[in-house]
Amino acid sequence: MTLSVSNLSKSYLENNQEVEVFRNIDISLEKGSFVSLIGPSGSGKSTFLNLISGIECPDTGKVYLNGKDITGTSGNVGYMFQKDLLLPWRTLEQNVRLGCDLRGFDKKTTADETSKWLERFGLLEFGDYYPHQLSGGMRQRGALLRTILFGQSTLLLDEPFGALDALTRREMQYWLLSIWNEMQNTVLFVTHDIEEAILLSDQIIVLSKRPAEIVEIMDVPFPRPRKPELILSHEILELKKKLFHLLNT
Amino acid sequence: MLKKGVTIKKIFHYTPAVVFLVILLSVWQFTVNKYGIPPWLLPSPMKVGQALWETKSLIWSHAQITLLEISTGFVLAIILGILVSTLMTLFPFAKRIFYPFLIFSQTVPLIAVAPLLILWLGYGLLPKIIIVILVCFFPIAVSLLEGLEVSDRDLLNLLRSMGATKWQIFYQVRWPHALPSLFAGLKIAATYSVMAAVIGEWLGASQGLGVYLTRSSNNFLTDRVFAGIITISALSFLYYAVIMLLTKLLLPWYSQLSQKTD
Repeated sequence: MTLSVSNLSKSYLENNQEVEVFRNIDISLEKGSFVSLIGPSGSGKSTFLNLISGIECPDTGKVYLNGKDITGTSGNVGYMFQKDLLLPWRTLEQNVRLGCDLRGFDKKTTADETSKWLERFGLLEFGDYYPHQLSGGMRQRGALLRTILFGQSTLLLDEPFGALDALTRREMQYWLLSIWNEMQNTVLFVTHDIEEAILLSDQIIVLSKRPAEIVEIMDVPFPRPRKPELILSHEILELKKKLFHLLNT
Repeated sequence: MLKKGVTIKKIFHYTPAVVFLVILLSVWQFTVNKYGIPPWLLPSPMKVGQALWETKSLIWSHAQITLLEISTGFVLAIILGILVSTLMTLFPFAKRIFYPFLIFSQTVPLIAVAPLLILWLGYGLLPKIIIVILVCFFPIAVSLLEGLEVSDRDLLNLLRSMGATKWQIFYQVRWPHALPSLFAGLKIAATYSVMAAVIGEWLGASQGLGVYLTRSSNNFLTDRVFAGIITISALSFLYYAVIMLLTKLLLPWYSQLSQKTD
């Protein structure tokens, strides 16, 4: 067990009224597992990731990583946001090593590691480009690479492909799977796309509307590597139906 | 190939302005000749050119002093502006103390303060440098201050999620984010700075372009006044061009970005 969250609650003050975002959330992620978090929009999925990453503090509850209490402390997990958030004044190469620079890694090792991974991501020749010169897919890949190079084995991915067109999106999904296969990271993946969740995950956690609670934790039993045809199969359809009903009740 | 194309395009771009200037100067020259306007009232462009050429070493010796005042004042204003804006950003309490004064300082008429400075500090270089600082400080400080306020919460959150310290966030995000805004402020300050120095010299000095101007106009050497004006404009433009060049060199990502949106 790597990442676990116990009894997490959070509320905000909105127009002088206390709004409960979620209450008493308990989850735990197996080491090396790929877990998706789905829920209706506004169910506080991003807030949830903010709490785990330490950007925000929960009202009650604790976040543990490998048994260590990391509640409210940042820098323990890699966090990829919905937007690529590449810094416009850094070249792609400088952007993907941002985390290494912040953590004060050795320059030489960082440079080697960066170019190795840029090549792996098919971005080596674009290393000197500024973000505005790159396509949406490339920028998103850059953001993912930055998250990986940050060097933590637990990754939080917040709808990373939400802004991409359907085709690029599918491509990126398979491509993320192949990376994950190789790296064996623990991934918590937020999405509102049922199909995406099924295709990628070992486990799907379904959240309810505000105040969000866990409705169901579902195992996705299909063997890996998963083929594209899988989404047309009968079992997947059943799973989709079930998730659809859970999300709409 | 591309480069050549761009240069030719640029030449074509400025052609109408150049043609207009030539027409304007011709009309001016013609009018002065035709109606016999006395040179102390309005010298012809030819006469102005002549004055510029004949007094070029005199102008140059005055211009050196003015340049010294501007450059010193400008550099000091940049240092001061960066210092104050940085402090205000890192310590919000400092902003609460200084910001009202920063705004209020702009309501004080320079023309009224300058004689005081000369009264207190004499006719030397110091009061002019201070006037240049006063004029340049505000656009620099305010534009930098605005730039340092990063409006994109997510960008700051990204750095926070990576465990970045306040100082790391400052020099990795806030500072580079502020540079385009700072350079915009510098452009304004650069053009103001020449004017500020000349005003300082008007009010009391023994050397400088302002002195050259007042002396020429007191002696009804109007062609020299025009020559002085041309020199001052050229200096302003020079500073402006230097800032533009620095922007291009230091912020390659930004000049590309703004070209793209053109």
